[in-house]
Amino acid sequence: MQFKSQAVAKPYFIAALGLFIGQIILGLLAGFEYINGTALFPYLHFNMARMSHTNLLVVWLLMSFMGAAYFVVPDEAQTELYSPKLALATFWIFLIAGALTILGYLTMSYSHLAAATYNALWPTMGRGYLEQPLPTKIGIVLVMLAFLFNLTMTIIRGRKTTIGVLLVASMWGVALLYLPAFYFPVDTVKDSYSWWWIVHGWVEGDWELVPASLVGYIMLKTTGVDREVVDKWIYIIGAMAFMSGFLGIGHHYYYIGAPAYWLWIGSIFSALEPVPFLLLIVFAFTTIRNRRRDHPNKAALLWVQGETIMAFLGAGVLGFIITLAPVQYYAHGTNLTAAHGHLAFFGAYVMISLATISYAMPILRGREANSIAAQRWEMTGFWVMCVSMLVIASALAAAGLVTIFLQRYTANPLPFMEVQQKEAVFFWIREIAGLGFFTGLLIYLRSFFVKGGYNYAAYAQQAMSTR
Amino acid sequence: MQTIFTKAMARNVFLGGAGFFLIAYLALSYDTWQQIPKRDHANLITPAVAEGKYLVDTNDCMGCHTINGEGAYYAPELDVSYKTYGPAFIRAWMMSQPTGAPGRRQMPNFHFTQDQLTDVIAYLQWVGNINTNGWPPNKQG
Repeated sequence: MQFKSQAVAKPYFIAALGLFIGQIILGLLAGFEYINGTALFPYLHFNMARMSHTNLLVVWLLMSFMGAAYFVVPDEAQTELYSPKLALATFWIFLIAGALTILGYLTMSYSHLAAATYNALWPTMGRGYLEQPLPTKIGIVLVMLAFLFNLTMTIIRGRKTTIGVLLVASMWGVALLYLPAFYFPVDTVKDSYSWWWIVHGWVEGDWELVPASLVGYIMLKTTGVDREVVDKWIYIIGAMAFMSGFLGIGHHYYYIGAPAYWLWIGSIFSALEPVPFLLLIVFAFTTIRNRRRDHPNKAALLWVQGETIMAFLGAGVLGFIITLAPVQYYAHGTNLTAAHGHLAFFGAYVMISLATISYAMPILRGREANSIAAQRWEMTGFWVMCVSMLVIASALAAAGLVTIFLQRYTANPLPFMEVQQKEAVFFWIREIAGLGFFTGLLIYLRSFFVKGGYNYAAYAQQAMSTR
Repeated sequence: MQTIFTKAMARNVFLGGAGFFLIAYLALSYDTWQQIPKRDHANLITPAVAEGKYLVDTNDCMGCHTINGEGAYYAPELDVSYKTYGPAFIRAWMMSQPTGAPGRRQMPNFHFTQDQLTDVIAYLQWVGNINTNGWPPNKQG
């Protein structure tokens, strides 16, 4: 670690992983309620588990993005962070506000939470991912502003690289795109239309710069590739993401009350949305193949490669399958969307977070890479989580297909609950795979507790003897 | 290729492409914004409809249900509820929750007053008349 202030990233990464554990536990509980609707009902309504699951995801991803930015930006700018103290203060504010909000979700009925936080004064509650009460929303904005101020001052003071500038710009995008959370019209169509500015704007627009620049950063650090080459790739991936994604938002507008021209515009442009993810695969794999050095952190490189493949499968392939208007007519509001959502979030954003943590954490702990034993735990966790998530997505997709053929694309449509009961087997598979995912997460976390760094001498000797 | 396609060109494609499509999106959104009130009969948003939406939001109905396909996939689509079941059934249904049927997904009782139930139903009726390009495919949602 070249700059002392990069160390503020460490609490962000640790808290992110802690919240990740919470997210998975609540996901398992929500998944269980699909199988048995009464056992948990007196204590935990499905919506409470679900909003905690999704909000924890957003909070921990933001935590890890912030940690990544605090780690990467000083290194790229070649200067200490503007204010490490501010970074630590915002860390605690964000963590405590986030934890209190989740506790509110889990301990109060939603209408009580709304009343207790004076939602009626300026209604903002009740939209997916944006369930936070008004004080939390304001807190998120203030934390983001302090974070952006800190990063921007660092960049202004230091070297302005493409990776650094795009990473900070994408974080500005995260904050700006969150602002429509304070605009909540009574008109449901305008409400949905503007809700997608945040959700689509984040995950199918602005956030795509995060994996692009972080994959670029890790490639730069581990393979000895030229910065010039990395920069070009990042720009082209970002260009394709924005050129397809800005109008690709139309695929959310087909059947919510927006005009019919979105059927065409959304279909054409969202069909191109897999392209940036495909480019990300080509970028990572060609760069690793043409590497000029062997970095000892094999686990980080595995995460990067896995990230590009899984993001392409989840965001690219599964997204494409449901994105064309005639398909979406039957798939809209089914578990096919949930399948896509799970695999895309995991592939594109969870895995880039874990890749960055994998690269940065050993350095933050004073070594270039972890011991081979620790990396083995980590890579086993990688495989168990990836395979489990593929099974989860497949099970949800299968459930969605059953809904399509029994409830939608049929002359004799059955009622919702009757169809859901026929899908029970897939909800079981999803839940078991969810337990598998949780096991994978525990195996991954185990790697942090294996002591010692990478032993170059022993590895070199072993390599010589097998030659 | 490396020398022909420079970093400056890549940056220009990025900035130019993003700028162009952002403007295109804003122009289309402006047009959509003009059309929405006609497509969703915004003139029929009465105080009861508005109050109904507030209740739907602050009780997190979309944490289980979908409305026009948006929300969670744990419980049925509400867009079609008014036309499929009618106001009397919806009122009785919400008052009789939870069913307690073993293993079956449960809906909480929100302890709405009769006036509040009327508002929620008014909102569901208004939602059911939005022009959603023919979605959902049938009355089961």
